[in-house]
Amino acid sequence: MINFEYARASDVADAVRQIAGDPGAKFIAGGTNLIDLMKEDVERPSRLIDISRLPLNKVEETADGGVRIGALVPNSDLAYHPLIEQRYPMLGSAILAGASQQLRNMASTGGNLLQRTRCYYFYDTATPCNKREPGSGCSAINGLNRMHAILGTSEACIATHPSDMCVALAALDAKVQVIGPAGERTISFADFHRLPWDTPQRDTNLEPNELITAVELPAQGFRTNYTYLKIRDRLSYAFALVSVAAALELEGARIKEARVALGGVAHKPWRDALAEGALRGQEANPANFRRAAHMLLRDAKGFAHNTFKIDLARRAIVRALTQAARGTPQSQSNKKIR
Amino acid sequence: MQKYIGTPTSRIDGRAKVTGEAKYAAEFNAPGLVHGSVVTSSIAKGRIVRIDASDALRVAGVIDVLSHENRLPMASTDSAYKDETAPKGSPFRPLYEDRIMFSGQPIALVVAEEPEIARFAASLVRVEYDEEAHVTDVFRRRDEAVSLEPSTKPPESIFGPPKPRGSAEKAFASAEVRHAGEYYVPIEHHNPMELYASTVVWEGDGKLTIYDKTQGVQNVQRYVCGVFDMKPDDVRVMSAYMGGGFGSGLRPQYEVVLAVLAAQALERSVRVVLTRQQMYVLGYRPAMIQRIELGARPGGTLEAITHEAITVTSQYEDFYRQESGWSGLLYTCANAKYVHKLVRLDLPTSCDMRCPSAATGVYALECAMDELAVALKLDPLELRLRCYSDRDQNTNRPYSSKSLRACYHQGAEAFGWDKRSPEPRSMRDGNELVGWGMATGIWEALQVPIAVRIVLSANGHAEVSCATSDIGTGTYTIMAQVAADMLGLPMENITIKLGDSTLPQSPVEGGSWIAASVSNGIATTADAIRGELLRLAKQMPNSPLADAGPDEVALADGKLVSTPDASRAVSIVDAMRHGAVDRIEQEKSTTFADDGSKGHNTHSAVFTEVKVDEQLGVIRVTRVVNAVAAGRILNIKTARSQIMGSVVWGIGMALHEETLLDHTFGRVMNANIAEYQVPVNADVHDIKVIFVDEPDATINRLGIKGLGEIGIVGVAAAVANAIYHATGKRVRDLPITLDKLQR
Ligand SMILES: Cc1cc2nc3c(=O)[nH]c(=O)nc-3n(C[C@H](O)[C@H](O)[C@H](O)COP(=O)(O)OP(=O)(O)OC[C@H]3O[C@@H](n4cnc5c(N)ncnc54)[C@H](O)[C@@H]3O)c2cc1C
Ligand code: SF4
Repeated sequence: MINFEYARASDVADAVRQIAGDPGAKFIAGGTNLIDLMKEDVERPSRLIDISRLPLNKVEETADGGVRIGALVPNSDLAYHPLIEQRYPMLGSAILAGASQQLRNMASTGGNLLQRTRCYYFYDTATPCNKREPGSGCSAINGLNRMHAILGTSEACIATHPSDMCVALAALDAKVQVIGPAGERTISFADFHRLPWDTPQRDTNLEPNELITAVELPAQGFRTNYTYLKIRDRLSYAFALVSVAAALELEGARIKEARVALGGVAHKPWRDALAEGALRGQEANPANFRRAAHMLLRDAKGFAHNTFKIDLARRAIVRALTQAARGTPQSQSNKKIR
Repeated sequence: MQKYIGTPTSRIDGRAKVTGEAKYAAEFNAPGLVHGSVVTSSIAKGRIVRIDASDALRVAGVIDVLSHENRLPMASTDSAYKDETAPKGSPFRPLYEDRIMFSGQPIALVVAEEPEIARFAASLVRVEYDEEAHVTDVFRRRDEAVSLEPSTKPPESIFGPPKPRGSAEKAFASAEVRHAGEYYVPIEHHNPMELYASTVVWEGDGKLTIYDKTQGVQNVQRYVCGVFDMKPDDVRVMSAYMGGGFGSGLRPQYEVVLAVLAAQALERSVRVVLTRQQMYVLGYRPAMIQRIELGARPGGTLEAITHEAITVTSQYEDFYRQESGWSGLLYTCANAKYVHKLVRLDLPTSCDMRCPSAATGVYALECAMDELAVALKLDPLELRLRCYSDRDQNTNRPYSSKSLRACYHQGAEAFGWDKRSPEPRSMRDGNELVGWGMATGIWEALQVPIAVRIVLSANGHAEVSCATSDIGTGTYTIMAQVAADMLGLPMENITIKLGDSTLPQSPVEGGSWIAASVSNGIATTADAIRGELLRLAKQMPNSPLADAGPDEVALADGKLVSTPDASRAVSIVDAMRHGAVDRIEQEKSTTFADDGSKGHNTHSAVFTEVKVDEQLGVIRVTRVVNAVAAGRILNIKTARSQIMGSVVWGIGMALHEETLLDHTFGRVMNANIAEYQVPVNADVHDIKVIFVDEPDATINRLGIKGLGEIGIVGVAAAVANAIYHATGKRVRDLPITLDKLQR
């Protein structure tokens, strides 16, 4: 862990000014990911700009019927916020499927989006890793890759994005609001995280000198037919092998609108317009769920230890869509899978 | 006389622990204390060509960077580095030379005024290596494994394979029903909560007081004296509390060597705390490939057992335990054969981890027995009963006590085993397949020589001391219970002192041997106290005990009481006041007069229920019943906690635990407790612990066997067997993760 300076941002403008003035600086919110990475010498910021006290901690309704979540709203507060519980229960469920109570109390909305992969090699500076040290090589491709991606991988990197919350946000078509020296802009969730391609060092399309101010949810919340199903190696406090955020809008037995996002399988929450399109207008039944699952995984490619994820993901998708269609979302406290 | 023994008594050190009053090795302070941060090797094998510490030394607050290049002299013989639990070979010497023998090996210590500065500077130390090819994969070296031969001289005779009996090959070949299977257990680590740490206090006159995390203060003290050529009186080692050891603290660990080196070089007090990652080179449960062959008659009697174990150790020491011997010991079988081979890898030496050899050896045996039961179309419990043995099968001796049959019966009844439907996949609960599995557990009831001192004061208080450790198991509490009963005093009048090398002799705390050993030590020393009190009581005018013989009095309720006639009594306080003594001090050593005619073991029967999601393979262990026979239970509360913790660990062994090595780098990749998974609350449901009554009149005078380890044995097998029963799928390599159910 390196010696670093610490400064507190007095307001949003000050935060942007400070980060623009020091290319080695980083924002710190809850610190639950950044500090771990600093202890491992993976992140070596010259200065930490503490944004945790900025007034970005509100959850409020927007004019177009959606909800705006401040970047510093803690994960726990968000999961239990009445607006989320009542209108976007899939988001609350996804958050509660992640990490532990203590971590969720500290973790912020913005920080959750920017948490980095849990690839073992990324964390261990004694090994090559393109994400940590571009050009050094990917140790996981021929190494331990049981936790790694099966979709959208590149020869440079096969890491996954570990967030649960982001999988639900992707399914909900959220938007990320950011501010930088050039002003404010909005990034759609699909464009926020990147695939590794040959630049795995870049997880997202956020510029290093930009600050996330909020995440905005559109009006449609899928409050009736949704689920977040997370499959992992122990029943709590473990990252997903595969997770599925599934949301349906039903008209009788027919699917009017469908959203399926996968976690634990790619460098970003994985959505597939074709598969979702194939569900629209169809009956909500197992055969159609299976067809969508196969479509979602059609380009999947496994590595030495993670090929099992392909079939597991298919099964999880079918199960999640079944839970969503029945209106029996997965409980995050009772670990029996519904 | 037995007011406290056997009662559910809360830990007497509990309050100190939860209030933070109990101090651990890294929490002691000293004037001018400086801090060391360890630099470790990034390669698994080779030599250090150059250590460039110039950047580190430039950091303000850095005092020194120690390595093999500039350290003070250390002993140069293997014997100096051999601690009381060292295996055969040449022990690792921290910062001794340029040779790298495992990845993560300590190679330098950065010492600074503040721990943060030391840690930062440690990241700036550059090391150049001359790298050599390494092997860390047991399967790659399997064919070069070295056979261990049965031996008559210790320690090989204790830890090597037992002598075969009959002809297992022939009997297996002609057996009507046969099962052969290979079972794999990966490397596992202890992962105690407390980080390894050493605070070495420089006392000024060349003397050191060392607060070290260890399971044996006198072991560390002798080791430090050996390595640094110091006089015993100059080294005092203390470890009053320990945040979990599980075997990782049996041998002195490298942090103490580094801290002493720095203290001597700088003539200052030094603290070294390892990081969580650095704890993954302190020893581990060896990876193990086991092959079991069982031959039986259709009626379910065993004809042949062959147990072959291949276990892992380092290139420089041969650590092994008797994994294979349990198979021939447990069940009646005329023909038994054992093979144990050792694979030497470029890793640190493996070591003891909770219930070494039995946790793993019995896992393989009990899975194989389950498979045999399937082949025989017999209920798994019924098979165990048909093979039941009242004698130690390896040595053909009777047991001093064995209540395993009662474990089977009481465990099965509490679990409802008779309602099991035998076919796999025949029980379900909605989307989940339900499976019931069982297994037997066995462990040793060991006792070690130990010394105890008791100082009784005229105010009726007693201080009981011994250099043993309480590694978190509840030793303080049971010592106080036993002492209170033996001295006839209220428990709150008893003070326990332990974890200090200047106290009366004790070996390391391990093997579940301390409860029996120290309790008998207390009883023996209390006898001497009682004798002294009787001498004083007899001197009183008109003493009611004037004619009492030494065996005709007991201590109870603060009095010396005649056992034939309870109305004759003298209070302890009166006897001492009259004799004008304000303290009686006695110290006695005890050894165990074991004539070798009987076997001593603890036993258990474990029953588990699992529910497995049929589509997704997600496994939940919904119920466990563990019925344990472990002699006299000193404290139902702490004993139950030991068994519960063991069961949780067994669940982890079955489903979660695995140290992941990247064989290209020869390095542990999941060296932290987020990625090295152990069960969390959600993985643990209903655990019922039953203590079966097991009087044992010969093992020792209090009938104690010890139970820190028996609780884990059989659990992994019972879970694996339940998963088979639920799914029809037999997974023979641990941990049983859901992907293995898909294969
Ligand atoms: C043991 C463990 C288990 C976990 N398990 C899970 C799990 O199962 N599922 C899951 O989803 N998560 C899990 N997490 C991750 C956890 O959710 C994240 O660590 C957390 O969400 C990060 O939020 P933070 O506020 O603490 O971020 P920080 O650590 O403060 O920051 C993370 C990164 O984001 C940047 N940043 C923070 N806020 C902003 C902002 N507003 N604008 C621009 N940049 C910003 C920081 O500079 C830093 O680079 C786990 C974490 C741990 C340690
Ligand atoms: S998968 Fe990505 S993060 Fe992991 S080693 Fe390869 S490049 Fe690094």
